[in-house]
Amino acid sequence: MNEVKCDCGHSNPYGTNLCQYCGKPLQDKDNKASLLDMRYEGAARRSQTYNKSIVDKIWNFFSSVKVGIWIIVLTLIASSIGTIFPQEMYIPNNVDPAEHYKDEYGIAGQMYYTLGFHNLYGSWWYMALIASLGISLIIASIDRVVPLYRALKNQRVTRNDAFLKRQRLFGRSKVEQADKTLIKAKSLLEKRKFKVREENGNLLAEKGRFSRWGPYVNHLGLIIFLSGAMLRFFPGMYVDDIVWVREGETEVIPGTDGEFFIENEQFFIELYDEDDETFGPAMERAGGQTIQNYQTNAVLYEREKTDTVGAVPELEEVKKDEIRVNHPLRFNNFALYQMDYKLNELNTMSFTLDNRETGESIGTIEIDLFDPQDEYDLGDGYKVVIDSYFPNFEFNDDGEPSTVSSIPDNPAFIFQMFSPEHPDGEYSFVGIQRNEDVFGENDYEMSFADVDTKNVTALTVRKDLTLPFIITGGVIFMIGLIQGSYWSHRRIWLKRTDREIWMAGHANKHWESLKKDFRTLAEETELIIPEDQSKKAKKER
Amino acid sequence: MTGMEAVSGNFLLITFFMYLLATICFTVSVTGRKWRDKQGEMKGNRWGSFGFIVTLIGFIFALGYFVTRWMTAGHAPVSNMFEYTTFLGIALSLAFIILYAIYKTNVLGMFTMPIVMLIIAFASVFPSEVEPLIPALQSNWLKIHVTTTALGQGILSIGFAAGLIYLIRTLDFTKRDKKVFWLEFIMYSLISIIGFVLVRYIFSMFQYQAEFQYINETGNEAEMTYNLPPLLGPNEGEVLTSGAMEPLISMPAWLRSDDANAVVWSLGAGLILYVLLRVLFRKPVGGKIQPLLKGINPDTVDEVSYRAIAIGFPVFALGGLIFAMIWAQIAWTRFWGWDPKEVWALITFLFYAAYLHLRLSQGWHGERSAWLCVIGFVIIMFNLIFVNLVIAGLHSYA
Repeated sequence: MNEVKCDCGHSNPYGTNLCQYCGKPLQDKDNKASLLDMRYEGAARRSQTYNKSIVDKIWNFFSSVKVGIWIIVLTLIASSIGTIFPQEMYIPNNVDPAEHYKDEYGIAGQMYYTLGFHNLYGSWWYMALIASLGISLIIASIDRVVPLYRALKNQRVTRNDAFLKRQRLFGRSKVEQADKTLIKAKSLLEKRKFKVREENGNLLAEKGRFSRWGPYVNHLGLIIFLSGAMLRFFPGMYVDDIVWVREGETEVIPGTDGEFFIENEQFFIELYDEDDETFGPAMERAGGQTIQNYQTNAVLYEREKTDTVGAVPELEEVKKDEIRVNHPLRFNNFALYQMDYKLNELNTMSFTLDNRETGESIGTIEIDLFDPQDEYDLGDGYKVVIDSYFPNFEFNDDGEPSTVSSIPDNPAFIFQMFSPEHPDGEYSFVGIQRNEDVFGENDYEMSFADVDTKNVTALTVRKDLTLPFIITGGVIFMIGLIQGSYWSHRRIWLKRTDREIWMAGHANKHWESLKKDFRTLAEETELIIPEDQSKKAKKER
Repeated sequence: MTGMEAVSGNFLLITFFMYLLATICFTVSVTGRKWRDKQGEMKGNRWGSFGFIVTLIGFIFALGYFVTRWMTAGHAPVSNMFEYTTFLGIALSLAFIILYAIYKTNVLGMFTMPIVMLIIAFASVFPSEVEPLIPALQSNWLKIHVTTTALGQGILSIGFAAGLIYLIRTLDFTKRDKKVFWLEFIMYSLISIIGFVLVRYIFSMFQYQAEFQYINETGNEAEMTYNLPPLLGPNEGEVLTSGAMEPLISMPAWLRSDDANAVVWSLGAGLILYVLLRVLFRKPVGGKIQPLLKGINPDTVDEVSYRAIAIGFPVFALGGLIFAMIWAQIAWTRFWGWDPKEVWALITFLFYAAYLHLRLSQGWHGERSAWLCVIGFVIIMFNLIFVNLVIAGLHSYA
């Protein structure tokens, strides 16, 4: 395309509205308007210039701020819908979601589920919304930042009269001593932290140009943030697992390829003192005790590098730590969080073999509920064999004894008791709160003697390699936001004509501050306060 | 109650009355007679400055409340509904002080200080005992995240106050159109908060309580205490207190019926107060206030509202999203988990982002901008009240 040559001699790219050198309006619409459209300095933006190919059309669509706002608003509405009822991840995980939403929330809940709103934030269309937000951020920023940068870099001090006259703040001052006035104005503006450039006796005072880059910097931060969030879907970037560890036991940490192990030395809960002077009344009103701390005293081990495969791993202690809520154990890129617990899980049970008639106790057996032996020999012809073991006992639908799980929440046994009198063994069914003879009357019985419990801790295992991207994105976003919000870009042009000094001002926002700058000039020099032409322009329209 | 706790409560009470005094000063400064200066020119009056000084004194007492309560509890007092809402009120007054220092607009004080008082009064209906911190809240990020977020919300709320002034100043109340309707609706909503506080105080004066047995959302029997007569009862509820009225209708299990009941009471009380005012004024409430604002330049108010949002938005983004994510990563293992409170913080952020784009790029100034400020405040209040009390999630404090 042809370049546009301005009277001042500068060649501007095709589509330019205001000459990048002198600011002269190059298009008809600007020549007729009483105020110039100063957005993006009238530079040629790709989206405003080309609209032929499909690429142009896509580019133009996503570069539009209007489209961007629509995407924001749609995301906002969609997000709010997701909070009407709890998302699937927050409902109990032992229920059928379809049933749950229907039972809890009636027809509305059923519709919610049918429309897929129970998993809204993971739905393809929500992802598509976020993706288009990202694309819009990229395209809209590039479309503007490049021409804006060029325009601000190329701007000259001496500006075309038509440019000055059509600024929102514009005024002509008749002055006696132009030189003196300009020198005074320059020093005043410099005192107000303006950068002043001089050319042919004209002045351009500029302040806070870097704030113009704020929006693009914060958009860049958001783009990095969103890309970082996307990286989670790559394998190996993200681990979300849970490990249950009993006190005194050591478990391999999932996701570490068997490299790391965690030992639970102790898990405990601490409660606040109910008689506490400060907190007592609040706890009394709440009608319960308040937990002060959940803690696992943990030891982290690393497997020693050996060549033997399959052998029992040699573990080397890496560190000891107290894992509490808000205080995870960190190693490499992993963190272990206190997530759940189970107090007093049954661990071992002991029974005595008793002679019913004499009451004599023959001996004691201790059963590890996680690893029971097949038989316990008590000597002298006495022996106890575990015929069946039900860690979590129930009668199944057929009325047969069975187990719900392998966790010993409700252990029950069928023992076979051997004694010199009964070399074939007597059968006895023993569980919590039950002790029955299986075939006829027994001479011997198993009596419950003791139980040993342990606390179990559940630790969330988390690795998130996307965090560095998220953090970088967040930091850049925040810098950009502050840069663009707390500063403004202000320019003041002073141009000398025959007997007058023409002045014009532009600010990208906070016009009141710019007006204050002009007021200071007017107080100290012969210059007048320029008129705000925006109202006049509004009336004309 | 310990001695220090009583001192803390008294400081807050003094703050409340200082802010009341400030409201009066600012109102007089806007509506009262203008004073002449030495040259005999009309130069406004000094009431605005008095109001500002009183506000500063009130704010110092608010800091006193905050510090003494912190010393009593051993943690920053922002951990439950009473403490957070009170702090939001204080943050709003701090935001006003900042904006007043820039723009010196008395009318802003006339509108902001009553809103601050309303928020502090609203906070006082929640149980105010010092509570022990549950493990999830035991972190330095509690004070960092919560105070920054509250300050951000406070500054954004100034945008609402200024937007409201703009609307009351510029709307044509002689017409009965949609705009007037919605403005009156805002006035009614604000009056309803007064209604709520009044109703709660009246019934607590008579020590009203109604115990209920009901079936909760997990299908178990539970008990619930009402502080207001039950218009709406809990799911399959049974009144245990003798003499208490039977509920008119019962609510489904997933809804916090005592909160829903309080909402109905406050809307009802608000309606009565509002109708009384309408009868008294014989014109819309906004229309009654409008003449007082004759001297206000709408453009200045418009810029104040935008400036408040331009200042508040980064503060909110930092506290409500960035600090929130850092803490969530430490306490809840992930920086983002679509908890309702998180989502509503995101919605607040997106809304003000849309506002800024509309204003800076699409030229939405003046009235449209003012309406957006109002909606933004509604979102903030929704996040405070509904998301905490009704949509219970990880953030439920009360």
